[in-house]
Amino acid sequence: MVKIKFQNVRKVYNGTDVVDNLNLEVATGKFTVLIGPSGCGKTTTLKMVNRLVDPSAGEIFIEGKNISDLNPVDLRRRIGYVIQQIGLFPNMTIAQNIEVVPRLLHWPKQKRLDRTAELLSMVGMDPQQFMNRYPSELSGGQQQRIGVLRALAVEPPILLMDEPFGALDPITRESLQDEIKKLQMKLGVTVLFVTHDMDEAIKLADMIVLMREGQVEQAASPEKLLSDPVSDFVQEFIGKKHLPTNYDVESVWEIMNPNAVTIAKTKGINESIALMNKRNVDSLIIVDENRKLEGIVSVEEIRAAGRQESRIRRIGDLGIRQVPTINIHSQARDAFDLIVNENPRFIVAVDDEDIVYGIVTKTSLVKALAGVVWGDETDV
Amino acid sequence: MSDLPIFLQRNWGTFVNALGTHLKLSFSAVAIGICIAVPTGILLTRFPKAAKKVLAGVGVLQTVPSMVMFGLAMPLLGIGIRTALVVLIIYSILPILRNTYTGISEIPEKYIIAARGMGMNGFQMLMRVELPLAGSVIISGIQLSAVYIISWTTIAALVGAGGLGDLIYTGIMTYNYSMILLGAAPASILAVLTSLLIGWLARIATPRGLRM
Amino acid sequence: MDELISKTLSHLFISLGGVSISAVVGITLGVLLTRISFLSAFVIGFSEILQTVPSLAMLAILMMFFGLGNPTAMMAIFLYSLLPVVRNTYTAMRGVDSSLLEAGKGMGMSRWQLLFLVEIPNAFPVILSGIRVSLITAYGIVTIAVLVGGGGLGGYIYRGTQTVNIGMILKGAIPICLMAVGTDFLLNKVEKKTSIEKRGK
Ligand SMILES: Nc1ncnc2c1ncn2[C@@H]1O[C@H](COP(=O)(O)OP(=O)(O)OP(=O)(O)O)[C@@H](O)[C@H]1O
Ligand SMILES: [Mg+2]
Repeated sequence: MVKIKFQNVRKVYNGTDVVDNLNLEVATGKFTVLIGPSGCGKTTTLKMVNRLVDPSAGEIFIEGKNISDLNPVDLRRRIGYVIQQIGLFPNMTIAQNIEVVPRLLHWPKQKRLDRTAELLSMVGMDPQQFMNRYPSELSGGQQQRIGVLRALAVEPPILLMDEPFGALDPITRESLQDEIKKLQMKLGVTVLFVTHDMDEAIKLADMIVLMREGQVEQAASPEKLLSDPVSDFVQEFIGKKHLPTNYDVESVWEIMNPNAVTIAKTKGINESIALMNKRNVDSLIIVDENRKLEGIVSVEEIRAAGRQESRIRRIGDLGIRQVPTINIHSQARDAFDLIVNENPRFIVAVDDEDIVYGIVTKTSLVKALAGVVWGDETDV
Repeated sequence: MSDLPIFLQRNWGTFVNALGTHLKLSFSAVAIGICIAVPTGILLTRFPKAAKKVLAGVGVLQTVPSMVMFGLAMPLLGIGIRTALVVLIIYSILPILRNTYTGISEIPEKYIIAARGMGMNGFQMLMRVELPLAGSVIISGIQLSAVYIISWTTIAALVGAGGLGDLIYTGIMTYNYSMILLGAAPASILAVLTSLLIGWLARIATPRGLRM
Repeated sequence: MDELISKTLSHLFISLGGVSISAVVGITLGVLLTRISFLSAFVIGFSEILQTVPSLAMLAILMMFFGLGNPTAMMAIFLYSLLPVVRNTYTAMRGVDSSLLEAGKGMGMSRWQLLFLVEIPNAFPVILSGIRVSLITAYGIVTIAVLVGGGGLGGYIYRGTQTVNIGMILKGAIPICLMAVGTDFLLNKVEKKTSIEKRGK
């Protein structure tokens, strides 16, 4: 089944073809990812679907209807749209942000309320706690979750997402990727998703559309794309992404993500919140002055401490949650087992003395596996 | 100074009259100024090229001292309240116009794209996104304008418009310090209070999400 | 003609005099406030209130202390200019990129060297814009100051309005407008130039 069909679509800016004779079919209920080098026309392609940009030539059909015959405002209300910079309206509460389109469509109040609560629960955010907060009172990851919910509010059959997770740290990105994939499968929406990140594409896509200079270079399932690249360009583009080495994956050290967001236990609450906001994470790994692991603390716990006006000043005095760890010298497959069996958000990679070196996430494992299966260059 | 009560008693009627005129003039000038400047400012955001020129012109006009403006208007429009009102309205427009324009055009593009992408039409975008986000800048333009206008209304006495400036002016001419104070003190208090009041209104009207 | 020139010059010099005093006092105060920042809200708040006082009221009240004439005008200009200068100095100094400060410290600058070689030059365009605003306001105040016995071009306008003599009004109005527009243009240019230079570095 075809949901969105691009037929000989061109877009010309200042005499250059930004999108050049694009022919593409996006299947109903599938997750389609547009990927390609910067400036190849991904955003432009996406914006033509909801008519933020009109093509210079060619036609776009949604369920067989030529969208140039539709009223752009009505069209947009039926297509969810998530932008990279999130763009939650700072003057509106979380609930008001989610209810923008329902209001435009004149939904009754009770229906709006119910829907907002339902959506928040869907991503594990307590409606009572979050509905009346403002975007500035949320972490980056939480804000982007709301950005997605806002786009899903009226159950649009199509969801357009333009690098929605680009600005987030690896841990948060990882968990949001899991969430969006789950949501997409549950709701059966047709997603057209733009990214720069091949790992993200491989993880999420049913079909990857690799673009180059406004044209489709290859459109295929992730497996097919990796095993059967049609050109050197595709090969190189996959290779350029940070898939790990093709020699044997042995230790956790080789597969971990070294950019764990840590904070010294002596730091203050405000500093911790600032760091979370800056790095866009939901939780921090707490270490002592030697980077020795103390535990983790989540944004909710920090906020709660801030509110109680308790005498807790230092992050280390908060009740610290224990966290699964793995030795950096262990076998990578031990990390794999741990993640598969216990399903934690991440594992902290430490040495014999509990010094923190990095984290292992599902993405790290996928990367490592992809490296083994398909082979790749050095990097990481 | 010891016969201040007697002085007050004798001039109470004049004072109330002057204060009334002052309030009426300032208030109408700012109110009319808002009605002209806010829509014009919004309109200008839709024509950014023209806006540059208009605002440059407005900027030049704003450097002209008030007394010069009254002086120039008087031979054209005659003596009296009408002349004063015209000049005051022109002045009240400037800060509000500029702040409306910059307030709206400096809204980060992401909010505009998000709003359009969600299917807001031009009017909905204006009411739900642009005006709320530019609100505090527009209001501070109004605050500035109101303070200026209260000040310039005192000068309007020169073209025979009355108001508190009349008392100050008469006081200076007759070396009557009580009379000067009777005009100057209320004019100053009026300006300070107006400024505080508008600032306070702006603060309580700002949603919590924008206060941080 | 001689009279016109001398009045124009005195208009200019009274304005420049008042603004110069407040530039010296205001910049010093602004710099001091960055070192004792708990006072800043108080000082800036106070000068904000001063700024709100209508100019004729201010002149009239000052006249009661300083008598008729130019000192009253200069005093008024001084008080009005304080806010733009102090506030711009204060915010510009605080806005100086902290990496520049660290670079300066790293190169072994003393506190004074840091102030004069890094902080003030970087804050200069913003400080200058405060001075520009003050100067333009000053021309207006000197004009009104004719009512409290000040010199300058306001006399033509005042006499012109009293006798409904448009020629007389224009004789005062044109030089004042040229002065205001010219100052605005010139100082704007210097501001742009100094801040672009900074960007280029
Ligand atoms: N409104 C516009 N006017 C002129 N040129 C534009 C406009 N929008 C995009 N372009 C140009 O079109 C080309 C494609 O832009 P587009 O935003 O679609 O790229 P992209 O693939 O999304 O890139 P990125 O990965 O950097 O986001 C770029 O060269 C861009 O400069
Ligand atoms: Mg893009």
